[in-house]
Amino acid sequence: MKNIRSISKYLGSALPLAIFLLGSLLAWAQAATSPQSAGRTPSPPAQHVPTATDRGERAFRANCGRCHNPPEQLSPRITGTVLRHMRERALLSPQDERDILKYLTP
Amino acid sequence: MRRIKSAKLKQTQFPRVAIALRLAGFLLLLSGHLLSAQYVPIVSGAVGFFDSKNTGINFFQPVVAPVVVAPLGKHFLAESRFDLRGFYERKNGNSGPYQGTFVGSTQYLQLDYFATDRLTLTAGRFLTPFGTYNERLTAIWIQKLQDAPLIFPIGTRTTGSSDGVMARGALIAKPAIHVNYIGYFSASSNAAQFQAGRAAGYRFDFYFPGKRVELGTSYGRFLQGTHNNSSGAHFWWQPWRFPLEVRSEYAHGAHAQGYWIESTYRLSQWRGPDSLFGRLEPVFRMQQTFRNSPGPGDGLPGADTKQADFGLDYHLPHEVRLNTSYSRKLSASGNGNIWDISLTYRFLFPMWRGHP
Repeated sequence: MKNIRSISKYLGSALPLAIFLLGSLLAWAQAATSPQSAGRTPSPPAQHVPTATDRGERAFRANCGRCHNPPEQLSPRITGTVLRHMRERALLSPQDERDILKYLTP
Repeated sequence: MRRIKSAKLKQTQFPRVAIALRLAGFLLLLSGHLLSAQYVPIVSGAVGFFDSKNTGINFFQPVVAPVVVAPLGKHFLAESRFDLRGFYERKNGNSGPYQGTFVGSTQYLQLDYFATDRLTLTAGRFLTPFGTYNERLTAIWIQKLQDAPLIFPIGTRTTGSSDGVMARGALIAKPAIHVNYIGYFSASSNAAQFQAGRAAGYRFDFYFPGKRVELGTSYGRFLQGTHNNSSGAHFWWQPWRFPLEVRSEYAHGAHAQGYWIESTYRLSQWRGPDSLFGRLEPVFRMQQTFRNSPGPGDGLPGADTKQADFGLDYHLPHEVRLNTSYSRKLSASGNGNIWDISLTYRFLFPMWRGHP
Protein backbone atom coordinates (compact mmCIF):
# COMPACT_ATOMS: atom_id res chain seq x y z
CA MET A 1 0.00 0.00 0.00
CA LYS A 2 2.82 2.32 0.93
CA ASN A 3 4.50 1.57 -2.38
CA ILE A 4 1.33 2.40 -4.28
CA ARG A 5 1.12 5.73 -2.46
CA SER A 6 4.73 6.58 -3.22
CA ILE A 7 4.28 5.64 -6.88
CA SER A 8 1.16 7.77 -7.02
CA LYS A 9 3.04 10.70 -5.45
CA TYR A 10 5.89 10.25 -7.88
CA LEU A 11 3.53 10.20 -10.87
CA GLY A 12 1.78 13.28 -9.54
CA SER A 13 4.96 15.32 -9.74
CA ALA A 14 6.89 13.70 -12.56
CA LEU A 15 4.18 12.86 -15.06
CA PRO A 16 3.10 16.40 -15.92
CA LEU A 17 6.73 17.47 -16.21
CA ALA A 18 7.41 14.55 -18.52
CA ILE A 19 4.41 15.49 -20.67
CA PHE A 20 5.61 19.05 -20.85
CA LEU A 21 9.12 18.00 -21.89
CA LEU A 22 7.77 15.51 -24.40
CA GLY A 23 5.50 18.18 -25.90
CA SER A 24 8.39 20.59 -26.22
CA LEU A 25 10.53 17.92 -27.84
CA LEU A 26 7.80 17.01 -30.33
CA ALA A 27 7.30 20.65 -31.19
CA TRP A 28 10.99 21.09 -31.81
CA ALA A 29 11.19 17.92 -33.87
CA GLN A 30 8.21 18.90 -36.00
CA ALA A 31 9.56 22.38 -36.61
CA ALA A 32 12.98 21.08 -37.52
CA THR A 33 11.45 18.98 -40.29
CA SER A 34 8.80 21.44 -41.44
CA PRO A 35 9.49 23.83 -44.32
CA GLN A 36 6.89 26.29 -43.13
CA SER A 37 7.57 29.03 -40.64
CA ALA A 38 5.49 29.60 -37.56
CA GLY A 39 4.05 32.99 -38.48
CA ARG A 40 1.36 34.10 -40.85
CA THR A 41 3.89 34.70 -43.63
CA PRO A 42 6.82 32.56 -44.68
CA SER A 43 10.36 33.60 -43.75
CA PRO A 44 12.12 35.73 -46.32
CA PRO A 45 14.74 33.99 -48.45
CA ALA A 46 18.37 34.33 -47.45
CA GLN A 47 19.23 36.99 -50.03
CA HIS A 48 16.13 39.04 -49.35
CA VAL A 49 16.83 42.64 -48.33
CA PRO A 50 14.51 43.43 -45.44
CA THR A 51 12.14 46.31 -46.02
CA ALA A 52 10.61 48.50 -43.35
CA THR A 53 7.53 46.26 -43.43
CA ASP A 54 9.68 43.15 -42.88
CA ARG A 55 11.42 44.85 -40.01
CA GLY A 56 8.04 45.91 -38.69
CA GLU A 57 6.68 42.38 -38.77
CA ARG A 58 9.74 41.10 -37.00
CA ALA A 59 9.53 43.89 -34.43
CA PHE A 60 5.85 43.09 -33.90
CA ARG A 61 6.57 39.42 -33.31
CA ALA A 62 9.55 40.22 -31.11
CA ASN A 63 7.53 42.52 -28.88
CA CYS A 64 3.71 42.69 -29.15
CA GLY A 65 3.38 39.18 -30.58
CA ARG A 66 4.89 37.62 -27.50
CA CYS A 67 1.54 38.03 -25.72
CA HIS A 68 -1.10 38.31 -28.44
CA ASN A 69 -1.79 37.90 -32.13
CA PRO A 70 -2.01 40.92 -34.42
CA PRO A 71 -5.55 42.28 -34.73
CA GLU A 72 -7.38 40.96 -37.79
CA GLN A 73 -8.49 44.43 -38.82
CA LEU A 74 -6.96 47.72 -37.82
CA SER A 75 -8.26 51.08 -38.97
CA PRO A 76 -5.45 53.40 -40.16
CA ARG A 77 -6.94 56.08 -37.94
CA ILE A 78 -5.94 54.27 -34.78
CA THR A 79 -2.60 52.67 -35.56
CA GLY A 80 -0.73 55.52 -33.89
CA THR A 81 -2.83 55.20 -30.76
CA VAL A 82 -2.36 51.42 -30.62
CA LEU A 83 1.39 51.83 -31.04
CA ARG A 84 1.54 54.51 -28.35
CA HIS A 85 -0.25 52.09 -26.02
CA MET A 86 2.18 49.29 -26.91
CA ARG A 87 5.16 51.59 -26.47
CA GLU A 88 4.24 51.86 -22.82
CA ARG A 89 3.14 48.23 -22.37
CA ALA A 90 5.93 46.45 -24.25
CA LEU A 91 8.64 49.09 -23.72
CA LEU A 92 9.06 49.54 -27.47
CA SER A 93 12.02 51.49 -28.72
CA PRO A 94 11.19 54.46 -31.02
CA GLN A 95 12.68 52.55 -33.98
CA ASP A 96 10.52 49.50 -33.27
CA GLU A 97 7.50 51.78 -32.94
CA ARG A 98 8.15 53.31 -36.37
CA ASP A 99 8.77 49.92 -38.00
CA ILE A 100 5.62 48.38 -36.52
CA LEU A 101 3.61 51.41 -37.62
CA LYS A 102 4.74 50.80 -41.20
CA TYR A 103 3.93 47.11 -40.86
CA LEU A 104 0.42 47.81 -39.59
CA THR A 105 -0.27 50.56 -42.15
CA PRO A 106 1.73 49.58 -45.23
CA MET B 1 -8.34 34.65 -9.22
CA ARG B 2 -11.73 33.27 -8.35
CA ARG B 3 -10.97 33.73 -4.68
CA ILE B 4 -10.05 37.34 -5.31
CA LYS B 5 -13.25 37.94 -7.22
CA SER B 6 -15.31 36.25 -4.53
CA ALA B 7 -13.88 38.55 -1.90
CA LYS B 8 -14.90 41.54 -3.92
CA LEU B 9 -18.44 40.32 -4.36
CA LYS B 10 -19.44 41.58 -0.97
CA GLN B 11 -19.55 45.11 -2.32
CA THR B 12 -21.31 46.37 -5.37
CA GLN B 13 -19.25 49.17 -6.77
CA PHE B 14 -21.19 50.45 -9.71
CA PRO B 15 -21.21 54.14 -8.67
CA ARG B 16 -17.44 54.20 -8.42
CA VAL B 17 -17.09 52.55 -11.80
CA ALA B 18 -19.32 55.32 -13.15
CA ILE B 19 -17.02 57.95 -11.66
CA ALA B 20 -13.99 56.25 -13.20
CA LEU B 21 -15.75 56.08 -16.57
CA ARG B 22 -16.63 59.79 -16.35
CA LEU B 23 -13.00 60.61 -15.67
CA ALA B 24 -11.98 58.57 -18.68
CA GLY B 25 -14.62 60.41 -20.73
CA PHE B 26 -13.24 63.76 -19.64
CA LEU B 27 -9.76 62.77 -20.79
CA LEU B 28 -11.23 61.69 -24.11
CA LEU B 29 -12.91 65.07 -24.59
CA LEU B 30 -9.61 66.74 -23.83
CA SER B 31 -7.84 64.54 -26.32
CA GLY B 32 -10.30 65.57 -29.04
CA HIS B 33 -8.50 68.90 -29.30
CA LEU B 34 -5.09 67.33 -29.64
CA LEU B 35 -5.68 64.66 -32.23
CA SER B 36 -4.16 64.05 -35.60
CA ALA B 37 -4.56 61.26 -38.14
CA GLN B 38 -3.67 57.80 -36.74
CA TYR B 39 -4.12 59.02 -33.18
CA VAL B 40 -7.87 58.75 -32.70
CA PRO B 41 -8.76 57.42 -29.23
CA ILE B 42 -9.73 53.79 -29.17
CA VAL B 43 -12.10 51.54 -27.34
CA SER B 44 -10.72 48.05 -27.13
CA GLY B 45 -11.03 45.07 -24.85
CA ALA B 46 -13.27 42.04 -24.87
CA VAL B 47 -16.56 40.54 -23.86
CA GLY B 48 -16.64 37.01 -22.60
CA PHE B 49 -18.65 34.32 -20.93
CA PHE B 50 -16.90 32.07 -18.43
CA ASP B 51 -18.17 28.82 -16.98
CA SER B 52 -16.25 27.03 -14.29
CA LYS B 53 -16.82 23.93 -12.22
CA ASN B 54 -14.49 23.86 -9.26
CA THR B 55 -14.61 20.69 -7.12
CA GLY B 56 -18.28 20.20 -7.92
CA ILE B 57 -19.44 23.80 -7.61
CA ASN B 58 -20.50 25.45 -10.84
CA PHE B 59 -20.57 29.18 -11.55
CA PHE B 60 -20.91 31.52 -14.53
CA GLN B 61 -19.34 34.87 -15.21
CA PRO B 62 -20.41 37.14 -18.06
CA VAL B 63 -17.61 39.70 -18.42
CA VAL B 64 -17.04 42.99 -20.19
CA ALA B 65 -13.47 44.31 -20.03
CA PRO B 66 -13.21 47.60 -21.91
CA VAL B 67 -9.92 49.37 -22.53
CA VAL B 68 -9.90 53.07 -23.41
CA VAL B 69 -6.74 54.68 -24.77
CA ALA B 70 -6.43 58.37 -25.68
CA PRO B 71 -3.27 60.17 -26.75
CA LEU B 72 -2.99 63.70 -25.38
CA GLY B 73 -0.50 65.44 -27.62
CA LYS B 74 2.89 63.97 -28.43
CA HIS B 75 4.04 63.13 -24.95
CA PHE B 76 0.99 62.10 -22.97
CA LEU B 77 -1.26 59.07 -23.08
CA ALA B 78 -4.30 58.34 -20.93
CA GLU B 79 -5.32 54.70 -20.71
CA SER B 80 -7.63 52.61 -18.61
CA ARG B 81 -9.02 49.12 -18.28
CA PHE B 82 -12.11 48.08 -16.39
CA ASP B 83 -13.51 44.70 -15.51
CA LEU B 84 -17.27 44.45 -15.21
CA ARG B 85 -18.62 41.01 -14.47
CA GLY B 86 -21.57 39.17 -13.08
CA PHE B 87 -21.00 36.21 -10.81
CA TYR B 88 -23.70 33.55 -10.75
CA GLU B 89 -23.68 30.46 -8.57
CA ARG B 90 -26.19 28.19 -6.88
CA LYS B 91 -27.58 29.35 -3.59
CA ASN B 92 -26.39 26.29 -1.65
CA GLY B 93 -23.17 25.57 -3.49
CA ASN B 94 -24.28 22.74 -5.75
CA SER B 95 -28.05 22.95 -5.32
CA GLY B 96 -30.79 25.55 -5.30
CA PRO B 97 -31.50 28.37 -7.72
CA TYR B 98 -28.74 30.44 -9.27
CA GLN B 99 -28.19 33.87 -7.82
CA GLY B 100 -25.82 36.53 -9.01
CA THR B 101 -24.02 39.68 -8.10
CA PHE B 102 -22.24 42.35 -10.08
CA VAL B 103 -18.60 43.23 -9.59
CA GLY B 104 -16.83 46.15 -11.19
CA SER B 105 -13.18 47.00 -10.84
CA THR B 106 -10.79 49.56 -12.26
CA GLN B 107 -7.68 47.64 -13.17
CA TYR B 108 -5.78 50.66 -14.40
CA LEU B 109 -6.51 54.31 -14.96
CA GLN B 110 -3.23 56.02 -15.67
CA LEU B 111 -1.58 58.95 -17.34
CA ASP B 112 1.72 58.24 -19.10
CA TYR B 113 4.33 60.84 -19.92
CA PHE B 114 6.93 59.83 -22.50
CA ALA B 115 9.79 61.89 -21.11
CA THR B 116 12.55 60.47 -23.33
CA ASP B 117 13.10 57.44 -25.55
CA ARG B 118 14.33 55.59 -22.47
CA LEU B 119 11.96 56.86 -19.79
CA THR B 120 8.20 56.82 -19.39
CA LEU B 121 6.61 58.20 -16.24
CA THR B 122 3.21 56.97 -15.14
CA ALA B 123 0.86 58.33 -12.50
CA GLY B 124 -2.47 56.98 -11.35
CA ARG B 125 -3.66 53.44 -10.93
CA PHE B 126 -1.58 50.87 -12.77
CA LEU B 127 -1.04 47.12 -12.85
CA THR B 128 1.60 46.18 -10.29
CA PRO B 129 4.68 45.21 -12.29
CA PHE B 130 5.64 42.14 -10.30
CA GLY B 131 6.49 39.14 -12.47
CA THR B 132 4.96 38.97 -15.92
CA TYR B 133 1.51 37.50 -15.48
CA ASN B 134 -0.21 40.54 -14.01
CA GLU B 135 0.91 43.06 -16.62
CA ARG B 136 0.93 40.89 -19.70
CA LEU B 137 -1.49 38.01 -19.36
CA THR B 138 -4.46 39.04 -17.23
CA ALA B 139 -6.43 40.50 -20.13
CA ILE B 140 -9.25 38.05 -20.81
CA TRP B 141 -8.58 38.07 -24.58
CA ILE B 142 -4.93 37.16 -24.00
CA GLN B 143 -4.93 34.56 -21.23
CA LYS B 144 -4.66 30.95 -22.42
CA LEU B 145 -6.14 29.49 -19.26
CA GLN B 146 -9.07 30.98 -17.42
CA ASP B 147 -7.55 30.85 -13.95
CA ALA B 148 -4.53 32.83 -12.81
CA PRO B 149 -1.56 30.89 -11.46
CA LEU B 150 -1.72 29.96 -7.79
CA ILE B 151 1.22 32.25 -6.93
CA PHE B 152 -0.43 35.27 -8.53
CA PRO B 153 -1.05 37.03 -5.18
CA ILE B 154 2.65 37.05 -4.29
CA GLY B 155 3.95 40.52 -5.04
CA THR B 156 0.65 41.77 -6.41
CA ARG B 157 -1.04 41.73 -2.99
CA THR B 158 -4.21 40.18 -4.41
CA THR B 159 -5.68 43.31 -6.06
CA GLY B 160 -3.04 43.38 -8.80
CA SER B 161 -3.13 47.17 -8.97
CA SER B 162 -1.16 49.99 -7.39
CA ASP B 163 -2.00 53.67 -6.89
CA GLY B 164 1.02 55.90 -7.25
CA VAL B 165 3.84 56.55 -9.67
CA MET B 166 5.95 54.35 -11.88
CA ALA B 167 9.04 54.88 -14.03
CA ARG B 168 9.82 52.44 -16.82
CA GLY B 169 11.91 52.18 -19.91
CA ALA B 170 14.93 50.59 -21.51
CA LEU B 171 18.44 50.94 -20.16
CA ILE B 172 19.77 49.21 -23.25
CA ALA B 173 17.83 48.69 -26.48
CA LYS B 174 20.10 47.06 -29.05
CA PRO B 175 19.10 44.49 -31.67
CA ALA B 176 20.82 41.77 -29.67
CA ILE B 177 19.63 42.67 -26.19
CA HIS B 178 17.11 44.82 -24.39
CA VAL B 179 17.57 45.62 -20.73
CA ASN B 180 14.32 47.01 -19.37
CA TYR B 181 13.57 48.45 -15.97
CA ILE B 182 10.47 49.35 -14.00
CA GLY B 183 10.35 51.01 -10.59
CA TYR B 184 7.21 52.00 -8.72
CA PHE B 185 5.80 53.35 -5.51
CA SER B 186 2.22 52.81 -4.41
CA ALA B 187 0.30 54.63 -1.72
CA SER B 188 -2.22 52.99 0.56
CA SER B 189 -5.84 53.37 -0.49
CA ASN B 190 -9.04 51.91 0.88
CA ALA B 191 -11.38 53.43 -1.68
CA ALA B 192 -13.45 50.55 -2.98
CA GLN B 193 -12.61 51.07 -6.62
CA PHE B 194 -8.98 51.99 -5.97
CA GLN B 195 -7.81 49.64 -3.25
CA ALA B 196 -4.05 49.44 -3.01
CA GLY B 197 -1.36 48.86 -0.44
CA ARG B 198 1.60 51.06 0.40
CA ALA B 199 4.48 49.38 -1.37
CA ALA B 200 7.48 49.86 -3.60
CA GLY B 201 9.29 47.60 -5.98
CA TYR B 202 11.07 47.07 -9.23
CA ARG B 203 11.47 44.67 -12.12
CA PHE B 204 14.40 44.12 -14.46
CA ASP B 205 14.15 42.21 -17.73
CA PHE B 206 16.91 40.97 -19.99
CA TYR B 207 15.39 40.24 -23.36
CA PHE B 208 17.24 38.72 -26.32
CA PRO B 209 15.10 39.46 -29.42
CA GLY B 210 17.19 37.24 -31.68
CA LYS B 211 16.27 34.22 -29.59
CA ARG B 212 13.03 35.54 -28.13
CA VAL B 213 14.30 34.62 -24.71
CA GLU B 214 13.63 36.73 -21.65
CA LEU B 215 14.97 36.49 -18.15
CA GLY B 216 13.87 38.81 -15.41
CA THR B 217 13.64 39.45 -11.74
CA SER B 218 11.10 41.27 -9.60
CA TYR B 219 11.09 42.65 -6.09
CA GLY B 220 8.38 44.24 -4.00
CA ARG B 221 8.32 45.51 -0.44
CA PHE B 222 5.07 45.92 1.40
CA LEU B 223 5.31 49.07 3.49
CA GLN B 224 2.27 49.07 5.72
CA GLY B 225 1.49 47.00 8.77
CA THR B 226 4.04 44.21 8.97
CA HIS B 227 6.60 45.02 6.33
CA ASN B 228 7.65 42.10 4.18
CA ASN B 229 9.39 41.32 0.94
CA SER B 230 8.36 39.48 -2.20
CA SER B 231 10.82 38.46 -4.84
CA GLY B 232 10.50 36.60 -8.08
CA ALA B 233 12.10 35.53 -11.31
CA HIS B 234 10.70 34.75 -14.72
CA PHE B 235 11.80 33.03 -17.89
CA TRP B 236 10.11 33.18 -21.29
CA TRP B 237 11.13 31.39 -24.45
CA GLN B 238 9.28 31.76 -27.73
CA PRO B 239 11.43 30.40 -30.54
CA TRP B 240 11.16 32.10 -33.92
CA ARG B 241 11.02 28.88 -35.91
CA PHE B 242 7.94 27.26 -34.46
CA PRO B 243 4.88 28.39 -32.51
CA LEU B 244 5.93 27.06 -29.14
CA GLU B 245 5.68 29.38 -26.18
CA VAL B 246 7.17 28.61 -22.81
CA ARG B 247 6.51 30.94 -19.92
CA SER B 248 7.44 30.45 -16.31
CA GLU B 249 7.67 32.30 -13.04
CA TYR B 250 8.92 31.68 -9.56
CA ALA B 251 7.87 33.85 -6.63
CA HIS B 252 8.75 33.90 -2.96
CA GLY B 253 6.60 35.72 -0.45
CA ALA B 254 6.47 36.14 3.31
CA HIS B 255 4.49 32.95 3.94
CA ALA B 256 4.71 30.90 0.78
CA GLN B 257 6.58 30.32 -2.42
CA GLY B 258 5.86 28.60 -5.68
CA TYR B 259 6.27 28.40 -9.41
CA TRP B 260 4.34 27.86 -12.60
CA ILE B 261 5.51 26.80 -16.02
CA GLU B 262 3.21 27.00 -19.02
CA SER B 263 3.77 25.82 -22.54
CA THR B 264 1.51 26.35 -25.53
CA TYR B 265 1.83 25.11 -29.06
CA ARG B 266 -0.36 26.55 -31.82
CA LEU B 267 -0.81 23.93 -34.53
CA SER B 268 -0.33 26.57 -37.23
CA GLN B 269 2.31 24.52 -39.00
CA TRP B 270 -0.43 22.23 -40.23
CA ARG B 271 -1.84 24.14 -43.23
CA GLY B 272 -1.40 27.56 -41.67
CA PRO B 273 -2.86 29.40 -38.68
CA ASP B 274 -6.27 29.85 -40.33
CA SER B 275 -6.86 26.20 -41.15
CA LEU B 276 -9.17 23.92 -39.21
CA PHE B 277 -6.34 22.38 -37.19
CA GLY B 278 -4.11 25.44 -37.32
CA ARG B 279 -6.54 27.26 -35.07
CA LEU B 280 -6.02 24.75 -32.27
CA GLU B 281 -3.67 25.54 -29.42
CA PRO B 282 -2.99 22.96 -26.71
CA VAL B 283 -1.87 24.42 -23.40
CA PHE B 284 -0.18 22.79 -20.47
CA ARG B 285 0.69 24.38 -17.14
CA MET B 286 2.31 22.84 -14.11
CA GLN B 287 2.33 24.73 -10.85
CA GLN B 288 3.19 24.20 -7.22
CA THR B 289 2.96 26.25 -4.07
CA PHE B 290 4.73 25.59 -0.79
CA ARG B 291 3.31 27.02 2.39
CA ASN B 292 6.05 28.12 4.81
CA SER B 293 3.81 29.54 7.50
CA PRO B 294 0.13 30.45 7.91
CA GLY B 295 -0.80 33.58 6.03
CA PRO B 296 -4.52 34.16 6.36
CA GLY B 297 -5.89 36.42 3.68
CA ASP B 298 -2.84 36.27 1.47
CA GLY B 299 -4.84 34.59 -1.30
CA LEU B 300 -2.55 31.55 -1.54
CA PRO B 301 -3.51 27.93 -0.87
CA GLY B 302 -3.50 27.08 2.82
CA ALA B 303 -1.46 23.91 2.28
CA ASP B 304 1.17 22.72 -0.16
CA THR B 305 -0.56 22.36 -3.50
CA LYS B 306 0.33 20.83 -6.80
CA GLN B 307 -1.78 21.48 -9.88
CA ALA B 308 -1.62 20.42 -13.50
CA ASP B 309 -3.72 22.34 -16.04
CA PHE B 310 -4.49 20.89 -19.46
CA GLY B 311 -6.06 23.34 -21.88
CA LEU B 312 -7.24 23.31 -25.47
CA ASP B 313 -7.94 26.68 -27.07
CA TYR B 314 -9.51 27.31 -30.43
CA HIS B 315 -8.91 30.59 -32.28
CA LEU B 316 -12.12 31.20 -34.21
CA PRO B 317 -12.32 33.83 -36.96
CA HIS B 318 -13.17 37.45 -36.16
CA GLU B 319 -11.23 37.59 -32.91
CA VAL B 320 -13.37 35.01 -31.15
CA ARG B 321 -11.68 32.42 -29.00
CA LEU B 322 -12.89 29.33 -27.20
CA ASN B 323 -10.80 28.25 -24.22
CA THR B 324 -11.31 24.94 -22.45
CA SER B 325 -9.30 23.35 -19.70
CA TYR B 326 -9.20 20.63 -17.11
CA SER B 327 -7.12 20.96 -13.96
CA ARG B 328 -6.23 18.39 -11.36
CA LYS B 329 -5.35 19.80 -7.97
CA LEU B 330 -3.46 17.74 -5.41
CA SER B 331 -3.30 19.26 -1.96
CA ALA B 332 -3.00 18.24 1.65
CA SER B 333 -6.26 20.08 2.25
CA GLY B 334 -8.06 18.06 -0.43
CA ASN B 335 -7.75 17.05 -4.05
CA GLY B 336 -10.09 18.31 -6.72
CA ASN B 337 -10.95 18.75 -10.37
CA ILE B 338 -11.52 22.07 -12.09
CA TRP B 339 -13.29 22.31 -15.46
CA ASP B 340 -13.31 25.63 -17.30
CA ILE B 341 -14.80 26.78 -20.56
CA SER B 342 -14.94 30.31 -21.87
CA LEU B 343 -15.78 32.21 -25.00
CA THR B 344 -14.29 35.64 -25.62
CA TYR B 345 -14.61 38.21 -28.35
CA ARG B 346 -11.95 40.85 -28.67
CA PHE B 347 -12.95 44.22 -30.11
CA LEU B 348 -10.97 47.25 -31.21
CA PHE B 349 -12.36 50.34 -32.89
CA PRO B 350 -11.87 54.11 -33.05
CA MET B 351 -14.08 56.30 -30.89
CA TRP B 352 -14.86 58.59 -33.80
CA ARG B 353 -13.83 59.22 -37.37
CA GLY B 354 -10.99 61.64 -36.61
CA HIS B 355 -9.41 64.17 -38.91
CA PRO B 356 -8.61 63.13 -42.48
